[in-house]
Amino acid sequence: MTTLIDRRGPSRRALLTGLGAAGALMVSGAAVLNPREAWGLEVTALKPETMRTLIVMARDVYPHDRIPDRFYAIAMKPYETGAATDAALKTLVEEGVITLDTLAKAKHGVAYADVGWEDQRVALLRQIEDGAFFQKVRGGLVVGLYNQEDVWPIFGYEGSSADKGGYIDRGFNDLAWL
Amino acid sequence: MSAPFDLNDDSVVVIVGSGAGGGTLGTELALKGVKVVILEAGQRHNMEDFVNNEWESFAQLAWTDMRTTSGSWRVHKNFPNLPAWIVKAVGGSSVHWAGASLRFQEHEFKTRTTYGDLDGANLLDWPITLAELEPWYAKAEDRMGVTRTNGIPGLPGNNNFKVFEAGAKKVGYQEVSTGHMAINSQPRADRGSCQQIGFCFQGCKSGAKWSTLIAEIPRGEATGNLEVRPQSMVLKIEHDASGKASGVVYVDKDGKTQRQKARIVAVAGNSIESPRLLLNSASSQFPDGLANSSGQVGRNYMRHMTGSVYAIFDKPVHMYRGTTMAGVVRDEARYDTKRGFVGGYEMETLSLGVPFMAAFLDPGGWGRSFTSAMDGYVNMAGMWLVGEDMPQETNRVTLNTDVKDRFGLPVADVHFDDHPNDVAMRNHAYAQGAAVYDAVGATRTLPTPPYPSTHNLGTNRMSEKPRDGVVNRHGQTHDIPNLFVSDGSQFTTGGAENPTLTIVALALRQAEFIAGEMSRKTI
Repeated sequence: MTTLIDRRGPSRRALLTGLGAAGALMVSGAAVLNPREAWGLEVTALKPETMRTLIVMARDVYPHDRIPDRFYAIAMKPYETGAATDAALKTLVEEGVITLDTLAKAKHGVAYADVGWEDQRVALLRQIEDGAFFQKVRGGLVVGLYNQEDVWPIFGYEGSSADKGGYIDRGFNDLAWL
Repeated sequence: MSAPFDLNDDSVVVIVGSGAGGGTLGTELALKGVKVVILEAGQRHNMEDFVNNEWESFAQLAWTDMRTTSGSWRVHKNFPNLPAWIVKAVGGSSVHWAGASLRFQEHEFKTRTTYGDLDGANLLDWPITLAELEPWYAKAEDRMGVTRTNGIPGLPGNNNFKVFEAGAKKVGYQEVSTGHMAINSQPRADRGSCQQIGFCFQGCKSGAKWSTLIAEIPRGEATGNLEVRPQSMVLKIEHDASGKASGVVYVDKDGKTQRQKARIVAVAGNSIESPRLLLNSASSQFPDGLANSSGQVGRNYMRHMTGSVYAIFDKPVHMYRGTTMAGVVRDEARYDTKRGFVGGYEMETLSLGVPFMAAFLDPGGWGRSFTSAMDGYVNMAGMWLVGEDMPQETNRVTLNTDVKDRFGLPVADVHFDDHPNDVAMRNHAYAQGAAVYDAVGATRTLPTPPYPSTHNLGTNRMSEKPRDGVVNRHGQTHDIPNLFVSDGSQFTTGGAENPTLTIVALALRQAEFIAGEMSRKTI
């Protein structure tokens, strides 16, 4: 825990939360922290717990085991930024998370982000997938996650090529396994 | 450079749109000494400004003005305000196209005769034949520098093509090649050869791909007879008391409403905007819109039967490297009803980058099924399936009077339902596409639904008889002799082939007709 960005160190509550099923994500004060990846995200417009839930949800919607949490956090950050000026968005997100947690507690006795298995969380998402909250998050994520240039190498995608002279001398026909 | 023409100069030909149809027509007329003003709704970019980034490029080039959709097509559900993926810029969708330049087959000009009376299909023979169009195809191929014509070698195949070719040959396909492409395989017409950049859809940054932006319009402007006005959105075509087109009303780049007089008006705004403009130009003399005595303006909207098959292998492919459309299988383009449908389809390699793959692989999809496919991206090969869809009167561009654009005009609503023939063809194509990849060891194939339409056709169709369509064999409207349609909306039926070559051939042919009529003073 010494690599925490938050100099105060994790609060007792954060430690307790961190013991849940959401991996390394924890809430401390007005921030979501990921000690393993050594980053923190300050959250003031939304509840920090809400942002933690959004990041867990983002991974459950588009689970890529080789993509670290921070890319999901970057994809979800616009909801924090947006909620600061857009009351309707803030309500949609906060109430969406409350609904999700209510479903989770009824079924598993814990909040959504603390439900142990992805399959169990996905089953909860299936119950809300036609709703505005889910569609907003999923729709934003398609661009917010997959359009991050730093994510592309994980998929083996090389991005812009004209600035490198195209692929005429860089393997456009290098496939040799056929 | 371009000579500016006066707004009151009523001797000019005004063309609405600068894409494959309008840009070619305007340039060819200018080369013949005719004075032309092209009004283009979008901005003018230089090829150096194009961006190798899918979403950024989409923001730069795509037509994203409000449109609505209806009908049972999946695009309506997933992309309700993006029926078409086409360009709003000088050069139109010739900036975005992949370059495939295939001639129609003879029977595709005679579908009513060949296919018969198909329930629900509004089939009609073209009023022209392949034989009549052949010299214009030849001229277009030379003009565009199409590979495998005029002694131009084919392009080299990229990795995506290698997989496609090997699979196609294993399943017994004969007509497999890197295609007829309007992309230079060697320097030609002051343009260099393909650098295998990829990003063909995002505007070619090397200039190897033909577009009206770089290969036509500058030639036209050099004559002093062509003026292109970007950011000029035409709202209405006007006519005089005799019912002849007299000019157009447009909003210029500064937001000012202008009126350009004209001797002739040609509409080339693609198959959604062109009928919208004719409908929005309704007057007391033409209450149903211009050139619409048949009631066919906006009807018979076609978008080609499309779909894609992506396949994942156990080794890397890097399909995105090199030309986006790197090869074609033509065996299924034939007419053969034993397959359970009329018409045929082409199989053409295609690739998308990670951002667009995420958006289009399974729109709305999520969870492990989706993400495990994305995880296979680097090992993925892909093809697009494009075939002839059936014209239906109810597939239609109409004015949505509930939704207005920023000028207060009703936007276009695009209604589309698949014809059963389209569905049968797509299912066949999915199975054949998967078979191609299975033959070379695919571990998973992904039948991918149609993207927002890139081939928009038929909404001002050509017909022998005025009651059956909007324009005659020259693209001249049946109702108004100095009003023409010059884009893919004049297609009577769609054929299996990518439409641009045919649009260019028709535009060149139309230019000769218009210039001839002008010199004979019959228009």
